[in-house]
Amino acid sequence: MQWMALDTWIVVVGALCAMSCALLGNYLVLRRMSMMGDAISHAVLPGLAAAYLLTGSRDSVTMFAGAAVVGVLTALLVQGLYRLGRLEEGAAMGVVFTSLFALGLILLRQAADHVDLDPGCVLYGAVELSPLDTIRLWGWDVPRAAIVNGATLACNALFVLLFYKELRLSSFDPALATALGINAQVMHYLLMTLVAATAVAAFESVGSILVIAMLIVPPATAYLLTRRLGVMIGLSLVLAALSALLGHLSAITVPGWFGFSDTSTAAMMAVAAGAIFSVACFAKSCYAWGRRGIERMSFSLRSVGEDVLAALYRRREAGDEAPVSAGALRAALARPGWTALALWDLARRRAVTRLPGGYALTPAGLRQAEELVRSHRLWETFLVNIAGQSPADAHGSAMRVEHVIDAAMQSELARQTGFPELDPHAKPIPRGSSSGGEP
Amino acid sequence: MGDSLTRLLFLSDYNTRVVVAGTLLFGAGAGLVGTFLLLRRRALLTDALAHATLPGIVLAFMLFAALEGGGKRLPILLVGAALSALVGMLAVVLIRRFSRLADDAALGIVLSVFFGLGMALLGMATRMETGHAAGLSSFIYGKTASMLLFDAVLIGVVALAVVLGCLLLYKEFTLLCFDSDYAAAQGWPVLLLDILLMFLVVTVTVIGLSAVGLILVVAMLVIPPSAARFWTHRLSRTLMISAAVGALSGGLGAGASALAQDLPAGAIIVLVAAALFGFSLLFGTERGLVKRAREAARLRRRIEEQHLLRAVYELLEGGKLGSAPNFPDYPLMFPPSTPKLGADPNFPGQEGVPISALLEARSWHPRQLRRAMRRATGRGLIAVLPGDACTLTTEGWNEARRVVRNHRLWELFLITHADIAPAQVDRDADRIEHVLDPDMIRKLEALLPAQTAGIPASAHELAGRGGAS
Repeated sequence: MQWMALDTWIVVVGALCAMSCALLGNYLVLRRMSMMGDAISHAVLPGLAAAYLLTGSRDSVTMFAGAAVVGVLTALLVQGLYRLGRLEEGAAMGVVFTSLFALGLILLRQAADHVDLDPGCVLYGAVELSPLDTIRLWGWDVPRAAIVNGATLACNALFVLLFYKELRLSSFDPALATALGINAQVMHYLLMTLVAATAVAAFESVGSILVIAMLIVPPATAYLLTRRLGVMIGLSLVLAALSALLGHLSAITVPGWFGFSDTSTAAMMAVAAGAIFSVACFAKSCYAWGRRGIERMSFSLRSVGEDVLAALYRRREAGDEAPVSAGALRAALARPGWTALALWDLARRRAVTRLPGGYALTPAGLRQAEELVRSHRLWETFLVNIAGQSPADAHGSAMRVEHVIDAAMQSELARQTGFPELDPHAKPIPRGSSSGGEP
Repeated sequence: MGDSLTRLLFLSDYNTRVVVAGTLLFGAGAGLVGTFLLLRRRALLTDALAHATLPGIVLAFMLFAALEGGGKRLPILLVGAALSALVGMLAVVLIRRFSRLADDAALGIVLSVFFGLGMALLGMATRMETGHAAGLSSFIYGKTASMLLFDAVLIGVVALAVVLGCLLLYKEFTLLCFDSDYAAAQGWPVLLLDILLMFLVVTVTVIGLSAVGLILVVAMLVIPPSAARFWTHRLSRTLMISAAVGALSGGLGAGASALAQDLPAGAIIVLVAAALFGFSLLFGTERGLVKRAREAARLRRRIEEQHLLRAVYELLEGGKLGSAPNFPDYPLMFPPSTPKLGADPNFPGQEGVPISALLEARSWHPRQLRRAMRRATGRGLIAVLPGDACTLTTEGWNEARRVVRNHRLWELFLITHADIAPAQVDRDADRIEHVLDPDMIRKLEALLPAQTAGIPASAHELAGRGGAS
């Protein structure tokens, strides 16, 4: 692999195009209109062809005008079918963009006899060839595509900066936006026009696949990673540029591993964006799983520790104040897993002390154990006296629930059961420290 | 040209005949499956699936080109396409499950990334030395002309199987689409049925690739059922019409593309479907725009007529005859069909109402008033009197009394039960008077016990009353 100035320009053109798409794509993803981006970027085809057939020129202004008209027309038609025809929005989109695309293909075929405007070029683009078509600017040979896409990016950035507040409000809460005097409809059509224009700017250089990919994938990735709009937009721009760089790198290296020379850069840019999305999605899921796992583990550890405390308390209650060995404790527990770890944790928190014959409760541990046993026995009393369960069933439930009863719940239980002294098994209910309110 | 047209019209070319039949069956299958898909609100899923087939097609081609030299055998490519579409569907499900992205974003991501991957692979395949990959791009736009006889037969047979599958599972799919929760509660294997439906969707998509191309195949699953819904509300008829639209566009499109070889076949098929859709949108007998516009116009005419009748009645009531003791309860002694007035000198509308007064009674345009009067005269509700005046015929009198009574009952209801100020109720009653049915009137009468018969007096000052007296 050899990196040349040409490659730098390819990446620059790709990145500019990707960024201008991603900028608008943020709002499409937020408004749940991602497929509208797909529809518009397909539907501009007849606009291009008609503009060419009508004026006979291929200059950018004509193309932009044709695409903008068709872009707005697509949005209008979809809305019209949705409202007048009462079609579901997805179906309306499907009807409109396929019909327009088919029309565009036929028109293009008519035009193709005169000009090198073939559907293949529109679809795949030729970003590899873009550095060859240059314009001299301040003594530099700048590719025309870089200028076009740079200008589009500047335009879109200006739009987003000027209407940041309006766009944000009408994306998240169109009703509120309307109430505040922002015309959500106008914002919608402005956005659609810009999407169409951006798609056209990108077509010549990178093709429509990259447009659809860049409209949706980097913003969707950013959406996964943050919940703030400003951060999301910034992140999506960075990811878009990164996809362009990675895409070109892999376009010239990856095929080599399989014995091919190279492949379409634009397509690889889309693949790179997808790869970044998968990594982000996977990492986020792993992070969420990991956090949930740690939470669950720490809860289990706490439960076992509390069971140990309760077991020590019950032994003491029965009159056996001698230290208890770890093995005996394990035998006393319903779920003996992790007992050693739980004991270590309890010793660390100074709830139990290690004595020559085994473990014993410290004063702090005793208080904690009293609270726990109080919760346990109050819950049993509640289940038996108020919910009408049999005493035999109540114990199992209380073994689970005791770990999640907090102070407020405990005093409420005590109040509802009438501040009992004994539980249904005729065991005394310890007086917790927070048994305030008792007469 | 003329020769090829006749050849086409009579389907004398065996190859064309088979291709047309294959595409026709494909259209029917797509129309059936698409109907269920549309009801499941997953119209655009096909778009993502179709784009996701490309990597599979190219990989299958490359694999077989490397193994035996020529990989462009349709069944192999289609198997590759189906596998790849299934992976794409799995990706959609995974994204939906493991991220907080909405459905549309999941579809968009799968669509663009898989298509990108396919294009990248295609880029490599075209640089391969063995085998010609050039034909692969016909899967993107579709090309019926390059279809081999065997391919067309394959497509036709698979499409027929899809049609049969849809017919066999008609009841199950119906339940799934309309109330999947109920289906689950009744013990139907909802997940399995959903998977079966998606399997049919993938099958139809894949066999559509070589006819319509992967960009436009979604059209064949979305346009026919959308068109059918303008003709009927019943599912069985929707399915039939949708299958017919699909078959018609497939057959006609394939035929036309045999005629115009250099135009992309998929585009022609889709344009035929789009034309059928446009026709249905306009002239559909259930929800077509023309029908709905006519209904709206009929309603508007009726409202205008009732406004006119009420205005005339209220002017008569407010005029000097209004003080006649028998005015509101003037008995309906004419048989309703008698158009002649004046037979009874006691009829309160003997003198009529000047049109200038009518014009002031409501804010309507003179032309609008004339039009309403012309229609009401034609329907025998209003009689024009000499001196630019008009009055009610017997039928008009009866109808006017009914409308006025509705209007005033509603006003009284609003005043007594909804606590709305008398000055505010006129506008609301103006709208509601046209749609109060006898049932509603009975309820109003029960709510306003003093008003079981006769016409209550107006609750507010009547417009134009001063001018007429």
